[in-house]
Amino acid sequence: MDRESGHKGLQVKPEGLVTEIVEDIVMPSLGADMTEGILVEWLVKCGDPVKRGDIIAVIETQKGAIDMEVYHTGVISEILHQPIVTLPVGTVMARVKLTEHSDRSKVTQLDSVAVTQVETRTPLASPVVRKVAMEQKLDLTAVRGSGPQGAILLRDLPETTEEMRASTQASKQSSGATKKMRGAIASAMTKSKNEIPHFYQSLDIELGNAQEWLKKTNEYRSPDQHILLLALLLKAAAKALTKYPDLNGFYENNQFVHAEEIHIGNVISLRQGGLVVPAIHHVDKLSVDETMQAIRDISARGRNGHLRSSELTDATITITNMGERGTDTVFAVIYPPQVAIIGFGKIREKLQLVEGDLVNCDVMSVCLSADHRVIDGMLGAKFLNALSKQLQKPELL
Amino acid sequence: MNAQTLTYREALRAGIEQALEDDERVFLMGEDVGRYGGCYAVSKGLFDYYGEQRIIDTPLCESGFVGVGIGAALGGLRPIVEVMTVNFSLLAMDQIVNSAATLRHMSGGQFNIPVVIRMACGAGRQLAAQHSHSWENFYAHIPGLKVLSPATHTDARHMLGQALEDPDPVIIFEHVMLLNENGEVSESPEADMESALVRRQGDDVTLITYGGCLHKALTAANKLAELNISAEVVDLRCLRPLDTDTFLGSVEKTHRAIIIDEGWKTCGLAGEISAIIMEQGFWFLDAPVKRLCTAEVPIPYPSHLEQAALPQVKQIVEMAQAIMEGR
Repeated sequence: MDRESGHKGLQVKPEGLVTEIVEDIVMPSLGADMTEGILVEWLVKCGDPVKRGDIIAVIETQKGAIDMEVYHTGVISEILHQPIVTLPVGTVMARVKLTEHSDRSKVTQLDSVAVTQVETRTPLASPVVRKVAMEQKLDLTAVRGSGPQGAILLRDLPETTEEMRASTQASKQSSGATKKMRGAIASAMTKSKNEIPHFYQSLDIELGNAQEWLKKTNEYRSPDQHILLLALLLKAAAKALTKYPDLNGFYENNQFVHAEEIHIGNVISLRQGGLVVPAIHHVDKLSVDETMQAIRDISARGRNGHLRSSELTDATITITNMGERGTDTVFAVIYPPQVAIIGFGKIREKLQLVEGDLVNCDVMSVCLSADHRVIDGMLGAKFLNALSKQLQKPELL
Repeated sequence: MNAQTLTYREALRAGIEQALEDDERVFLMGEDVGRYGGCYAVSKGLFDYYGEQRIIDTPLCESGFVGVGIGAALGGLRPIVEVMTVNFSLLAMDQIVNSAATLRHMSGGQFNIPVVIRMACGAGRQLAAQHSHSWENFYAHIPGLKVLSPATHTDARHMLGQALEDPDPVIIFEHVMLLNENGEVSESPEADMESALVRRQGDDVTLITYGGCLHKALTAANKLAELNISAEVVDLRCLRPLDTDTFLGSVEKTHRAIIIDEGWKTCGLAGEISAIIMEQGFWFLDAPVKRLCTAEVPIPYPSHLEQAALPQVKQIVEMAQAIMEGR
């Protein structure tokens, strides 16, 4: 089928014709540096009903094992790859036949062409893709295009070009998940430091009130119900972010896009080396107890490798806190495309003059690393002072 | 290889001097090339040294003196004819197209026309619409001619010698914006005159260009590298015959092509190259071929409008970004 008629078939749909909407489930990208993932296990089979958010597969990435979620509600109509197999990001792994109309309208806004992909249509594809497909006997209907009008470009094909083969081989040579994770951290941090004009502002925040409140709250709780300072720090940060939303979001395509939700990435260092940064969702809407619960949950899953894919990709800002083993100040590196990261130092004693008397205070240096393309120093200062103010009244958090 | 730094103008002059030294049949002829030293000062000083027999001032009559050059070539000499600019060469077009380009064919191969015609071309010096055009494509259209576009100083130095060795008429275009630029000149030519050269290696997109736009393409390629786009730059060098193998080989590697041409888009060289890629390189493409050409207006006189009409580095960068994104 030529390009013209293919195009026509997409746009002109006779009224009343019932078309089944089938969505591709692809190997997700869990960070700009991820090029491939390993499908370890399917948790669903053909014909299973799924709803948005269900965990349908386990995939192994540079960041460890991830529980993969499905983004549509429907019935699994096809499983295209069997574990255990390494697949480039974007490879169609399975398909889901949609049952909910809301899904359809939502996706239509994003990519109207992808939604109307009907099974019988010959897909648009660039000349080189057609050549490769013919040589390698690829079925292009199984490939989802990222080009204009959904055209399949070379980059959409699984392991076809020599470049891609070379890069796959290179990544195979560096064996071991830890080494891979190191590589992922290296590329994300290099990108950050190369592209983001960082600036740093630090403020000593008094934590006397917060510690007092924690002591009182935890007094009658069993140890597994204790609230840790980190929960207060997260809550305080979320509240301050509500006031100063310009620190919460993404810098992409030369512009800042403010994020509606507040999902705070929390750096967790792993015993075997390396780190993961899972997000705690909607911190602004959680109570302190719920926040603490979320911290416990995510730390446990982070360390034994059962983080959900969305948790690794949708943080809108990041915090890092090394607790008592940490340093006085942390000058952290922003995780792109976020625009800020907050480094919490360790609590230290400081002599301060209060109304003429020398008083021993517990303080913490809180250092904001911010992207100067988006944020200016005055905003950073206001944010840090708002954070400090929140922490003086822990009972209101 | 030893390299020396010269201006483009000095490199051209060094080429003429060597030709005059090497072969006594060679002479230079054109408007103001002698006593005045050339409208663009390319032949400055040559008249005093070589005298009026070999550096000949002509009347303001392009048709006449280009015809004399063709006749001299027929008669066994090796004339270098300077036409002040391509814009004035239209007055000599009958001699070039109807005589120089056809006589070998019409004489059954008995007569060659080993004439070399040099002409300035290009815009950017605020010389307005009658002195600023790029009509390389007019001559590249004509069977029987060879058309060269030296974009580097080494080519400015050596292409004349290569052209004089050719038994057929050769047109050389010298871009006016290059004349004052300094650059390295190698002792010997980088390639035969009909070969295109890859001036910069890259993997993602091929920038195909020539003459005054080569430097812009290379500058754009450096900027694109900062954006993680690896651009390969092909300098066509010879516009007739076109070295299709070189640019097709590059497109085979990168799967994407942008042609940058100071001529107008309609019926121009960029369209010809694009068509060749469609005919012979179609199955390598991962994106439609793009063309960046001069705006379809007579070249304006005011500097800002003149610059706005010409292909610029920023546009090359934006076009390459767009082609990478599949736009």
